[in-house]
Amino acid sequence: MDELRYEAPETLDAAVALLAGADGDARILAGGTDVLVLLHCDMIEPDLLIDIKKIPELTGIAEEDGGFRVGAAVSAMELVEHDAFPKAWPGVVEGVKLIGSIQIKGRATMGGNVCNASPAADSVPALIAAGAIGTIVGPDGRRDVPVEDIATAPGQTSLGKGEILVSFLFPPRPPHSGDAYRRFTPRTEMDIAVVGVGISLTLDDGGTCTAARVVLGAVAARALLVADAAAVLIGTPLDEAALERLAAVASAACRPIDDKRGTKEFRIKVAGVLARRVAQDAYERARGN
Amino acid sequence: MTITQDDLRYDPDRKLKVVGTTPIKPDGVDKVTGRAKFGADVHLPGMLVGKVLRSPYAHAIIESIDTSAAEALAGVKAVVTRDDFPELPPGEFRNISCNFMAREKAFYDGHAVAAVAATSERIAKKALKLIVVDYQVLPHVIDVMDAIKPDAPILFEDMVTQGMDPARGGPTNIVQRKEFTMGDADAGFAEADIIVERVFDTKPMHQGYIEPQACVANYTEDGQTELWCCTQGHFIYRTRLAAVLKMDISKIRVTQSELGGGFGGKTMFYIEPVAIALSRKANRPVKITLTRNEVLRATGPVAGTHSRIKMGMTKDGKFTAAEAELYFQTGPFTGSAFVNAPQAMFTRYDLQNIRAVGYEVVSNRPKVNAFRAPCVPQVVFGVEGVIDELAKKIGMDPIDLRLRNAAVEGYETIYGATFGPVGFVETLEAAKAHPHYTAPLGANQGRGVATGFWFNRGGETTASLNITPDGTVTLLLGNPDVAGSRVSICMMVAEELGIGVDKVRPIIGDTSTLGFNRVTAGSRVTFSAGIAVVLSARKAIKILCQRAAMMWDVPEDGVVFEDGHVRPASSNVGDFEPLSIADIAKKATETGGPIAGHAEIVAEGAGPGFGCHIVDVEVDKETGAVKIVRYTVVQDAGKAIHPHQVEGQYQGAAAQGIGWALNEEYIYDQDGRMENAGFLDYRIPVASDLPMIDTVIIEVPNPLHPYGLRGVGEVPLVPTMAAIANAIDDAIGIRPRSLPMSPPKVLKLIEEAAEGRDRA
Ligand SMILES: Cc1cc2nc3c(=O)[nH]c(=O)nc-3n(C[C@H](O)[C@H](O)[C@H](O)COP(=O)(O)OP(=O)(O)OC[C@H]3O[C@@H](n4cnc5c(N)ncnc54)[C@H](O)[C@@H]3O)c2cc1C
Repeated sequence: MDELRYEAPETLDAAVALLAGADGDARILAGGTDVLVLLHCDMIEPDLLIDIKKIPELTGIAEEDGGFRVGAAVSAMELVEHDAFPKAWPGVVEGVKLIGSIQIKGRATMGGNVCNASPAADSVPALIAAGAIGTIVGPDGRRDVPVEDIATAPGQTSLGKGEILVSFLFPPRPPHSGDAYRRFTPRTEMDIAVVGVGISLTLDDGGTCTAARVVLGAVAARALLVADAAAVLIGTPLDEAALERLAAVASAACRPIDDKRGTKEFRIKVAGVLARRVAQDAYERARGN
Repeated sequence: MTITQDDLRYDPDRKLKVVGTTPIKPDGVDKVTGRAKFGADVHLPGMLVGKVLRSPYAHAIIESIDTSAAEALAGVKAVVTRDDFPELPPGEFRNISCNFMAREKAFYDGHAVAAVAATSERIAKKALKLIVVDYQVLPHVIDVMDAIKPDAPILFEDMVTQGMDPARGGPTNIVQRKEFTMGDADAGFAEADIIVERVFDTKPMHQGYIEPQACVANYTEDGQTELWCCTQGHFIYRTRLAAVLKMDISKIRVTQSELGGGFGGKTMFYIEPVAIALSRKANRPVKITLTRNEVLRATGPVAGTHSRIKMGMTKDGKFTAAEAELYFQTGPFTGSAFVNAPQAMFTRYDLQNIRAVGYEVVSNRPKVNAFRAPCVPQVVFGVEGVIDELAKKIGMDPIDLRLRNAAVEGYETIYGATFGPVGFVETLEAAKAHPHYTAPLGANQGRGVATGFWFNRGGETTASLNITPDGTVTLLLGNPDVAGSRVSICMMVAEELGIGVDKVRPIIGDTSTLGFNRVTAGSRVTFSAGIAVVLSARKAIKILCQRAAMMWDVPEDGVVFEDGHVRPASSNVGDFEPLSIADIAKKATETGGPIAGHAEIVAEGAGPGFGCHIVDVEVDKETGAVKIVRYTVVQDAGKAIHPHQVEGQYQGAAAQGIGWALNEEYIYDQDGRMENAGFLDYRIPVASDLPMIDTVIIEVPNPLHPYGLRGVGEVPLVPTMAAIANAIDDAIGIRPRSLPMSPPKVLKLIEEAAEGRDRA
């Protein structure tokens, strides 16, 4: 009978070759906290699982060009407990920390979170707000793409056949920068974001916002990088008027669906509320840096 | 003279050594190490995997089922459908049968229509896909109020509403109507200065046990069957299995596993008869283990309700009358136990004029099952909300208003019984005196209180106690332990025999080892089995005394039993060293054989229980999120045999009520399919959603129990949702009257209030 095959290659080339050469349904297995759940629910019936946790390029955290390079298969707990990374990107870590429980985070990876392509994935808005770049390797070589260009729709990515997301590159942080992420869920934990907001800001010495990236999760088919929302913050000290406008623009940018996790109306309203709260969090952090 | 239940009365002067302490549970270590065997832990040689095919439609006629391709698949050993179960006459057993395997119609998404047994799970799943079911899909109805509309899809063309005068035929989804009255409600309302009348809705809630149902059946060539399963009542399973399979009761032997939660949800079987039928056909043992998806789609929630509640009061706060019109959703088959509701909803207040009418309604969702105080919390949600409004109207403290109206000993209830000593007043006074009640509240916070009542139950109970040759004791019990009852029962034995609790080893016997035991439900077991084991122990003590008298060659009335020893009753009897139980047991062979005591009783005298909950919430007015900030449960236990087990009941029930109050609900798509059949989207609370739930145990002894205890498992769910709604009202000045009080719904209420819109 059709058996499920499991491979754990130790080099990137071997993994790409396996993935590109497979006939049936071949899937990458990182932490498996999405893949194995789908498998047990009979939602997928793969023929081959390729475990990527033994590949060095995917499992390290290193400083690079004043920023960080984080392997796509680094576990969430490893990232959360890293010495330097959480200080540089507290907002990204806030997103990562929200993935499941501590046990789930012991397995789950950011690469999996991005490639699973759920619009509600918690690390994704903060990754996009951070301006993180994904490095992808496939049969045709290597390419770098912004994280916002990886997921295209629920469960769909722009990765081609045989391609693997290898790592994330985080740019260096200018002074007075800060990021933050919050989500809304009915429960405190073990829940899926009804709305998520990631914001990264840079201020000048006087506290005026000079750069901003505002990202909304769970309110469209994929995370939305909302340029208009960033624009209302830039040039302001995030005063009441700017925050009001941010909330309105964020709500207006939402293109949600009604589903079991939240109504359209509710998502739109809460997106504005959260955007405002997250902007204040990021602002506090930026001022402290 | 034989000892009977009537000889066991509460003795206030008795000095207790074991009862009231907190020893380790006899089943505790195995549960912590993972050694305890739950439903899915039984493995037999040659065992097959059983899987159930379920209807994807909420309401459909099953025209035909073609199993031939599945049967032809290599590794498939049996396939069963409706044709493999006896056709039964209309009534309870036919309903049970039609629920575990659909006959003419599938009545809900997830309704079982066929099952296979195969050599592996993969093959079994593959075989399910090969079964061809020809469905004729019918319009469906989910909500209870939609189901009683004149143009609603009808589940049973021949349904006649029972309890209507005259009985009403014609197309209806109303199974029955039951009315309970006392005094004269109209006259009572005429005396009232203030009347509040409101409408409330609650949603079906799943019992949310962590262990999915699992069983192994082994049908043998001589027409007997062994069954291992997780159940709250293996004896009642046996009785019902015999009826639906047309077997002799004695030919079915049911062994219950440790229980990973039940809360009422494991008082009725779903997969057990299917596994037996598969085993019979395959000639091999068959195991079926449900997935969470199946648990949520096909096993019992508790009824959702629609209720109209009206109460009248004088301006100085005396209740004059109460009225209720209640609709209960029961799934496709009767069995909601809705009659509890009109009998319990107002009971605890000194009301003389009550009219309460309940209707049970079928619809296309899984058949409901019991859940802590079945059908009562849903309607107390409304009662305690109305009382909160009444208190506000006259500016009276909500606990004072409840104290002003509290029923006391001698109150004659709507269900006919008269209260003996009850602890409602003591419970309310303790709640009022608790520091929680006067602690300062923060911004956007509010405090609510609500109360609840449950009858508590007794019923058929058996036990057998054996004194081993070294004087330690083995205890055979007949009720699955869902709540730490075992340790409490052992403690009562230890107290009686004057030995340590660790010298009493209990097991729960299978159905062939003891006489019939009523299901573990209704807060009956620690009470009833307590009586049965005390009776057994006293019988054994009598024998110990006889044997000691024989050993000393003195008359039987010349000895007494005290502190685990038989002693001469006085110095006139002779100068003998006291004999321990071990001393006597050692000589049992010479003095007449093994020493034991057993009891087969219908336990009577369960004392009603009362609770009062205090809760603080914080409302995020921008998102509608409600956070439980502080929670205190005050409840009369009669006597807490093992206080930790009692606290566990208080806390666990409150936690479940918090889930029901805030987030738990079944979400259906427009085709009547459940969309959130998993714990990710069916949101029971996680640990971080809950504060530490504080408990206060009140002890107003029940005179009809040897240690004074009352059941404690049902009451603590009853007030929870009402207390939370009252707290939300206190925080934001808006009273939610529909469950769950989830963020989108609370936010909508806030927005409507801001826009000045009125609510119905
Ligand atoms: C109980 C529980 C709670 C959860 N809670 C949350 C939550 O709160 N928030 C949240 O966002 N998620 C949550 N999740 C989902 C899941 O844990 C996350 O999405 C996690 O980040 C997935 O990572 P993984 O390494 O386990 O992915 P996997 O399951 O291994 O993979 C996920 C998908 O990505 C693909 N993939 C993985 N790595 C790569 C790669 N390097 N290149 C290309 N494709 C790849 C896989 O083939 C698969 O399709 C939860 C899951 C569970 C079981």
